[in-house]
Amino acid sequence: MRFSEIEIHLGKFRVGIAGAGGLGSNCAVSLARCGVGTLVIADFDVVETPNLNRQYYFIDQAGMLKTDALRENIARINPAVKVISYNFKLDKSNIPDVFIGCDVIVEAFDSTDMKEMLIETVQLRMPEIPVIIGSGLAGWGHNETIRSRKIDDTLYVCGDESTTADDKMPPMAPRVSIVANMQANTVIEILMKK
Amino acid sequence: MKIMLNNRKEEFSVTTLTVSEMLEIKKFSFRMRIIKINGVLIPRDKYETTVIREGDDVRMLYLMSGG
Repeated sequence: MRFSEIEIHLGKFRVGIAGAGGLGSNCAVSLARCGVGTLVIADFDVVETPNLNRQYYFIDQAGMLKTDALRENIARINPAVKVISYNFKLDKSNIPDVFIGCDVIVEAFDSTDMKEMLIETVQLRMPEIPVIIGSGLAGWGHNETIRSRKIDDTLYVCGDESTTADDKMPPMAPRVSIVANMQANTVIEILMKK
Repeated sequence: MKIMLNNRKEEFSVTTLTVSEMLEIKKFSFRMRIIKINGVLIPRDKYETTVIREGDDVRMLYLMSGG
């Protein structure tokens, strides 16, 4: 299939991205480059300079809402992509309204509590929508430990599933973007079968 | 009873187990996880009351921080 045909197909779909940090910003940019029709992006945070070691933002965007900065960056890459953004904190009660109509949802949070909350809420309240989890991406090196795994038709996990991010093992661009792009690749794989 | 745990056969000497009991027996102590039984996600607040039975397909994954 030619890319022009792939792009037309992907243009029909809507993908939710929960969190616009390292995973979410890199994943969104890849999906935008591929021509996914609509991205629903939720994040309440602002861009800060320490984020730039891994997140798809620029120094002059410091202080901007991540959702606004990402919308701007996506528009510069592929203006055909429609971006719907929500700049509030996701919780059990608003997730179904935010991601209604999405074909796939990407879990792109930092904290494990938020990851658990998002996965539980989508799987219990919107069980037909596949969720792609990012789990285990801190540090550097160890390419061979990063993998992608299908739990079942509605749950996929990308990452090494073992490293925890902390001060001595920070998340950094290479491994974060590998996992973000594995998530994006899984999204494309699911959408191309539709 | 025999169950499938992450696509591997597991045998327990009892006929049923709650999710909490299974985690204890298997010494799965890492707290942040997702568990699905026969394709249905079991939220953390149901671990004490959800029963695993013969033939169940249990899948578990750990959630690591960072994103």
